[in-house]
Amino acid sequence: MAEELVALSAAELSEKLQSKEVSSVEVTQAHLDRIAEVDSQVHAFLHVSADALKAAGEADGARKLGAKLNPLAGVPVAIKDVLCTSDMPSTAGSRILEGWIPPYDATVVARLRKARMVPIGKTNMDEFAMGSSTEHSAYGSTRNPWDFERIPGGSGGGSAAAVAAFEVPLALGSDTGGSIRQPAAVTGTVGMKPTYGGVSRYGAIALASSLDQIGPVARTVLDAALLHDVIGGHDPRDSTSLTEDWPSFAEAAKAGIAAGSLKGVRLGVVRELGGEGFQTGVSARFQEVIELASKAGAEIVEVSAPSFSYAIAAYYLILPAEASSNLAKFDSVRFGLRVNPPGGGTVEQVMAATREAGFGPEVKRRIILGTYALSAGYYDAYYGSAQKVRTLVQRDFASAFEKADLLISPSAPTTAFKFGEKLEDPLAMYLNDVATIPANLAGVPGLGLPMGLAAEDGLPAGLQLMAPARQDAKLYSVGATLETLLEANWGGSLLARSPMGKALRATESEKGAQS
Amino acid sequence: MSESHSLDSEQVAHLAELARIALTEDEIKKLSGELSVIIDAIAKVSEVATPDVPATSHPIALQNVFRPDVPGKTLTVEQALSGAPEREGDRFKVSAILGEEQ
Amino acid sequence: MSEQTELMDFDKAIELFEPVLGFEVHVELNTKSKMFSDAPNPASAEGEAAAQEPNTMVTPVCLGLPGSLPVVNEQAIRFSISLGLALGCEIAPSSRFARKNYFYPDLAKNYQISQYDEPIAHDGEVSIELADGRSFRIQIERAHMEEDAGKLTHVGGSTGRIQGADHSLVDYNRAGVPLVEIVTKMITGTEGSAPEVARAYVSAIRDIVLALGISQARMERGNLRCDANVSLSPRGSGKLGTRTETKNVNSLRSVERAVRFEIQRQAAILHGGGTIVQETRHWHEDTGMTSPGRPKSDADDYRYFPEPDLLPVEPSKELIDELRAALPEPPAVRRKRLKEAWGFTDLEFQDVVNSDLLVEIEQTVAAGATPAAARKWWTGEIARIANADGVDAASLVTPAQVAELSKLVDSGELTDRLARQVLEGVIAGEGSPAEVVQKRGLKVVSDDSALIAAIDKALADQPDILEKIRGGKVQAAGAIIGEVMKQMRGQADAARVRELVLERAESLR
Repeated sequence: MAEELVALSAAELSEKLQSKEVSSVEVTQAHLDRIAEVDSQVHAFLHVSADALKAAGEADGARKLGAKLNPLAGVPVAIKDVLCTSDMPSTAGSRILEGWIPPYDATVVARLRKARMVPIGKTNMDEFAMGSSTEHSAYGSTRNPWDFERIPGGSGGGSAAAVAAFEVPLALGSDTGGSIRQPAAVTGTVGMKPTYGGVSRYGAIALASSLDQIGPVARTVLDAALLHDVIGGHDPRDSTSLTEDWPSFAEAAKAGIAAGSLKGVRLGVVRELGGEGFQTGVSARFQEVIELASKAGAEIVEVSAPSFSYAIAAYYLILPAEASSNLAKFDSVRFGLRVNPPGGGTVEQVMAATREAGFGPEVKRRIILGTYALSAGYYDAYYGSAQKVRTLVQRDFASAFEKADLLISPSAPTTAFKFGEKLEDPLAMYLNDVATIPANLAGVPGLGLPMGLAAEDGLPAGLQLMAPARQDAKLYSVGATLETLLEANWGGSLLARSPMGKALRATESEKGAQS
Repeated sequence: MSESHSLDSEQVAHLAELARIALTEDEIKKLSGELSVIIDAIAKVSEVATPDVPATSHPIALQNVFRPDVPGKTLTVEQALSGAPEREGDRFKVSAILGEEQ
Repeated sequence: MSEQTELMDFDKAIELFEPVLGFEVHVELNTKSKMFSDAPNPASAEGEAAAQEPNTMVTPVCLGLPGSLPVVNEQAIRFSISLGLALGCEIAPSSRFARKNYFYPDLAKNYQISQYDEPIAHDGEVSIELADGRSFRIQIERAHMEEDAGKLTHVGGSTGRIQGADHSLVDYNRAGVPLVEIVTKMITGTEGSAPEVARAYVSAIRDIVLALGISQARMERGNLRCDANVSLSPRGSGKLGTRTETKNVNSLRSVERAVRFEIQRQAAILHGGGTIVQETRHWHEDTGMTSPGRPKSDADDYRYFPEPDLLPVEPSKELIDELRAALPEPPAVRRKRLKEAWGFTDLEFQDVVNSDLLVEIEQTVAAGATPAAARKWWTGEIARIANADGVDAASLVTPAQVAELSKLVDSGELTDRLARQVLEGVIAGEGSPAEVVQKRGLKVVSDDSALIAAIDKALADQPDILEKIRGGKVQAAGAIIGEVMKQMRGQADAARVRELVLERAESLR
């Protein structure tokens, strides 16, 4: 029973909860047990909530009273540690915030609670979301459930791995340059970076304010859409939050599943997001998806986005610049770590000693880089130029979207690499974000979903769909159609073929045989 | 900007001072090498950033986003000071701002 | 530090050097909530009292907690535009916020949200008038919006100053209070009037923000703060001197004194062959001197960049027109109107203007006092006490208090003499005039029976005087009146006593 519950999608759990076939307490307990069982190996969680069962009980209580509940009421959800939670430590994977419990909830967290979802814990991440592997977490790396020797992607490797390891059906992530989509790609899961402003950033510990976006992490497109419906929408506490009324993303995903066809959809293949630098097995799977989509009625067009080749450069100027300023608040005065230099010192020396001890090497690297990019005499050449590249990237998107309804590409150039492989070569690590960064620079939404296993290593490869700003619903409908077609080919979900997925099924059938 | 964009140790040390990080000598040396490589790679933004291209600072262009002038709920003093590494009474405590030589 | 400061005689300094001035005036807006957070504003009328308790007026935004985000207060934008218009500025069709990055423990985020290359208002002009009637035009370079920092308390030093302190304490109540910084262009040609021009300029800004009602404008509370830039150019050299920026100048009187001091100090250094260090200096009210602060250096690299958490401010033409239409009249027009309405002579009115009390008197009249009484109190007793204490008259009492006092005199409840005692009590912080009257028991004895008893006793004690009064020597009543007033400890209306004395003298016949 418990194994069965953790293998279910959020949508399936939702049905069972609504029909009162299971209680939220049962569902939550099953997931807590699963975490207790596997997380010592996966290390997806930095903190497991002591109040999860209480929240589950309250959701059950509300249901008993006949309250009209959100479809996800009673469903457990994990929260990336970049988000402020008033009942759990919020460290952003950094030593400098060790043990810090914020006196407030992030808006998205408050919305989870309001929907009576069950926050089950906080997930691991690269320190302050800087990285593509979780190797930059101050609390140890998360392992990829497909292969414990490999990275789960980053920065949101914890959320992706938790979902891939069936520790939780849903999680929240944050995506500044691919931190939701790249982990989804390498763990065979689904992740969505909404339109900039579509989901509130209030209470998300900022990396780069003009790039950060909170989004859902799940095992299916429909689950991601259900969670997006809970967290999305205007928040007056975030000035960059969009005010429009959004359609139901879950309805869009359901329509996509039902459609079974991509007739009338123009899919644009971005010339610059493929070819050289992309792993053979990734490119092969991508070609198959294109053929599949074409067979399903989609019109495939090739589009060019020449300025995308400058996107990484622009990104690694804008991000460090904004981050260097955003991270200045970690100064040992109001919260977090304080390190006094030997023999004491002035407040300036205490701040410098604290930041030296509290920040990891990648954070220091980017703060120094950002400080340089903004400093007198360099601003125009670096930060100023990067902001102009941003304009060019937006123009490329605009012209591409004249020819295509959605753009399609691999989410990441490679499958999961091994721990340590790129740790000493920051530039190589940065190149991992080549396909995901343009969407952040332009603020457009991007959906990542599995597209199969690369032949050479048997590891998942990820597909990315991008839409014009504010057309997130289109991603869910087309994404759900593609997912349905792919799973029909595979004869089930990709994750079911992962070692952990197989083990779970084996235990289930064993139990089934016993009973 | 076609020349090499090397950052020497002295520059890194100055940047670390601006960023209030007490980097060690080793870190400074290592960073100066790493950052020079990175800056070489990212300096290419200036190739296409011609004067006729306007800068974009927000991905989605909005303007005049305001809040009505209505006071809301504040934190309690205990909440405000809950994360303070050190406090004295209801204020945050920090070391002396000026060193002894001043 | 200050012992060795040499000063040159002011007139000689002006003979040798031409002073060049510049001002940065920070105005705390009195919006109900803060600039970027919905925390109540301690610089508002409602917030002042509550701000006494540290860290009680803060939200995650004021503390710069991780994850918190700023949202702009619409009223602060309206106030800033109004101020820009009143300063004769152009209002930028698009302006934006920028981050000014520097580490300091009173700055919660370690960057200040300010405006940099795109301020909301620019290129204005303010006319000022000196005591002798000469007027100057001060060019305004820009007025931009920003947020205030928290307050530091330095502990363990001998003086409570930053030097020698053992540690410091931070209260973030003030963090995020909306500020407008008004920056002048370089001001030349003031010559020996430089100190008076400085005072008149700050006074003019104060008048403007008070007339607009956008700030409490109490300099002693830091609602209005002036940084004065002073440099000296040797006569005939055509070269600009190195400037210093004097901070912490928190009264009109100090603005004048600080500028005079800097001119004398810099002149002495330059004349002795020395050079001026470009630095921030602090004004000390007690010693009347400035002392060196932080030197300006290349390390001042604020790394300004557009604030990514906030969006451009693009006021519509309709909004600007609406705010322009609602502007109070220009100072010159206003002065003319008030002078006529109040019926003051030229001399009386000039006296009011020169003592920077126009707004106070206007508000006192609005609160119900007669113009004559308002003028008499402000330029008389209150100005005298302010002078003796070395503070601005406006910092002592509020117009409402003066109006209340004046009404108590008009209704005969207080004599002039009693009213002066009540004023003392109000200044000492004993409460409103009515409360002081109550606490000190200063009411005029208006009970005739008590007066008659005292008069009868006095007349009986001095029969010779009674005779004189009866004999028609009315002046003789003075002795009796004096005696009665003494008995009543001054709490009687002398005119009434005089009436009663004459009555009793007749009736006792």
